[in-house]
Amino acid sequence: MTFIHKYPKAAKVAKANFIVAFIALAIGGLFGFVQALHRTNVFRGFFNSGEYYTLLTGHGVLLALIFTTFFIAGLFVWGVTRSLDREPENLTFTWSWFWLMTIGLVMATIAILGGLVPDSSIRAAVLYTFYPPLQAHPMFYIGLALVVVGSWMAGADWFWSYRKWRAENPNERIPILAFMTLFTMLMWYVCTIGLALEVVGLLIPWSLGWVTEIEPLLPRTLFWFFGHAVVYFWLLPAYYVWYAILPKLSGGRLFSDSMTRIVFIIFLLLSTPVGYHHQYADAGISVGFKFYAMATTLLILLPSLITLFTVVASMEHGARQRGGKGYLKWIGKLPWDSPAFVGCALAGIMFAAGGFSGMINASMNINVLIHNTIWVPGHFHLTVGTAVALTFMAITYWLLPQLTGRKLKYKTLALIQPYAWFLGMTLMSNAMHRAGLAGVPRRTAEPEYSGFDFEPIFGTMTEMKWQIAIGGTILMISLILFLWVVVASWLAGEKSDKPVDDYIPEPLSGVEHTPAILDNMKLWFGLALLLVVLAYAFPLWEMVADGIFSPGALPRPS
Amino acid sequence: MHIHKFEQFWIKLSFVLIAFFIVTVVYGFVAMDLKVIGDHATIDPQNLADTKFGNPGVREVTRNGQTEYEVYVQTIQFAFNPGTAQPIVVPANTRVTFYITSPDVLHGFDVAGTNLNTMSIPGQVAKFTTIFPEVREYGIVCNEYCGPAHHVMEGKIKVVPKSEFDKSNLVE
Ligand code: HEM
Ligand SMILES: [Cu+2]
Ligand SMILES: [Cu+2]
Repeated sequence: MTFIHKYPKAAKVAKANFIVAFIALAIGGLFGFVQALHRTNVFRGFFNSGEYYTLLTGHGVLLALIFTTFFIAGLFVWGVTRSLDREPENLTFTWSWFWLMTIGLVMATIAILGGLVPDSSIRAAVLYTFYPPLQAHPMFYIGLALVVVGSWMAGADWFWSYRKWRAENPNERIPILAFMTLFTMLMWYVCTIGLALEVVGLLIPWSLGWVTEIEPLLPRTLFWFFGHAVVYFWLLPAYYVWYAILPKLSGGRLFSDSMTRIVFIIFLLLSTPVGYHHQYADAGISVGFKFYAMATTLLILLPSLITLFTVVASMEHGARQRGGKGYLKWIGKLPWDSPAFVGCALAGIMFAAGGFSGMINASMNINVLIHNTIWVPGHFHLTVGTAVALTFMAITYWLLPQLTGRKLKYKTLALIQPYAWFLGMTLMSNAMHRAGLAGVPRRTAEPEYSGFDFEPIFGTMTEMKWQIAIGGTILMISLILFLWVVVASWLAGEKSDKPVDDYIPEPLSGVEHTPAILDNMKLWFGLALLLVVLAYAFPLWEMVADGIFSPGALPRPS
Repeated sequence: MHIHKFEQFWIKLSFVLIAFFIVTVVYGFVAMDLKVIGDHATIDPQNLADTKFGNPGVREVTRNGQTEYEVYVQTIQFAFNPGTAQPIVVPANTRVTFYITSPDVLHGFDVAGTNLNTMSIPGQVAKFTTIFPEVREYGIVCNEYCGPAHHVMEGKIKVVPKSEFDKSNLVE
């Protein structure tokens, strides 16, 4: 018996979400490959430089917004169903959020890809941050709004299951998988307030022409109200895998149940009030608020550092169970031949490196050195592009058999895949970081200028260019391997009653040591809202006090 | 609640690291004058003509008995004015204050390889002051996506010796 046999309905929902996620990953990844060759001038034959920005919008939206959201939805359906031991409460409701999100995604994608059709009026080359006054077709904003509304309903679905479960189990502690899901969604509700205000309150009416002018700083600030927390919305599900599943894959068990809960609570509290750290270089926001955001941002390092400890401790425990000895020699005893384990472990290592460049980003007066340079994509391909994406790919090797009842095919290819991703990303990301230090901008189709040359401090421009192009190519190969293994296993994997070992052992320091207050959702949610009000009420008030749409700028076609 | 002693130690270490970063930033602010852009002024992006941005360029001002310069720059799709058609010329070893804004969309104003790097947002005036110690040229890059020809948007700053600074190009 595995998941699909016990919960066939939930398995179907999770699989549907995964299909959408992987299609988005395939298309978005292909665009990334084209960008890597185009920017570096290794090959520019696919598209012209004006179209580059349409591709880049597609890459950002399909990977950072769509792939992540749908994968997370599938992962959470699996976790909630399994840990509460119940199928979704009402399948009509469940499928309606799935289809709402899907319709929204298709609308946004059509708006973006319309930009590749000559003279099309349907365009959305506004990148995934869509700062006005560059204006996209209304379909783009409406599509994104539908995806968000769908995700809210998905969250409601999981809270619904939890309520029902609670009624039947009044004295039980919230199971850890459900706990992590619910706290991630609470954080999502807090941060998407900003996005909803921006998109529904400002951008949709403006793109439909109901108002002509827009104040650029206000929607930009609302975007970043959402925009940092969204990175934790991607990351927490990866943590969920690292906390709940990775210890098992390494042959051990989770180190501490209470620490896990504390980490998720800190993220709920601190993820949103840090948004201004994306606006360190903006005029119109006072240095005092930037400083508040910086202190909060550095404080939010704490839960990630605790995670590092817990994850490494759990892996060490696992390795010792498998006979590992010594201070570091136990590392060799980890299952380096298991694709799911290898992917998660390499993702974790890259995340440590990404965390380091993140500390530089966070330190606001050092940040100006690298703000909007290609250092920044160098940073987030380690975090969302690897820590999150590679973890998701890796855990698919373990989840897919549970959802399909079929064994994984091509284990060797599946094992090569995470190593290839790691190699490709090492090349691409280190070169991006160094090019950024020389001042090479991000989001630029041809970062070559006629009036001056960049002066790199570490390395040469040529070597960096080739590392980005070759790294991008290896990443593309890795992605093809992943998709190949998934499609082949899904369609033709050997059917089995127990296609994978899906047992998850109890934590070392279990829930009986966990203080009850950690499960008090109302308390933590209220506190999170309070911190947001402290951070945002005054600056937002200043921006709207002179009129919501003024000082107003006119829309410009994208 | 039970927290393992290694974990307690690790948490303390984490706090030290966080404090270290905050102290570094504050030290940069106070001792090395590494500041960031703040809240200066708002402006009507559709009426820059009536402001000093209507006649952009380098101006001479006297502040505290010292001769200083102010540079008003408009970032437009897809040029810096001044900066692209003709370089921004300023003297070395003199205080120069930049005022930057945009009449159309968001742009960036990044003096490549330095920490002079700001967003240019319609409706907001970005202001920062610097002293160029070296006589040399710098490239200016627009580092915020601003439309289909974003990648051609570049400019130049030319720092000349004080003695060779030609005041006939100043604007009133
Ligand atoms: C095949 C693997 C990938 C390659 C070759 C690749 C390549 C690139 C390149 C070269 C850029 C910089 C473009 C520019 O600034 O001009 C970029 C941007 C970006 N990538 Fe990737 N990438 C890959 C995978 C991913 C993944 C898995 C994610 C997230 C889940 C991701 C998220 C992003 C985002 C959010 C941006 C920024 C878009 C923007 O600035 O608007 N990428 N990618
Ligand atoms: Cu952030
Ligand atoms: Cu630009």
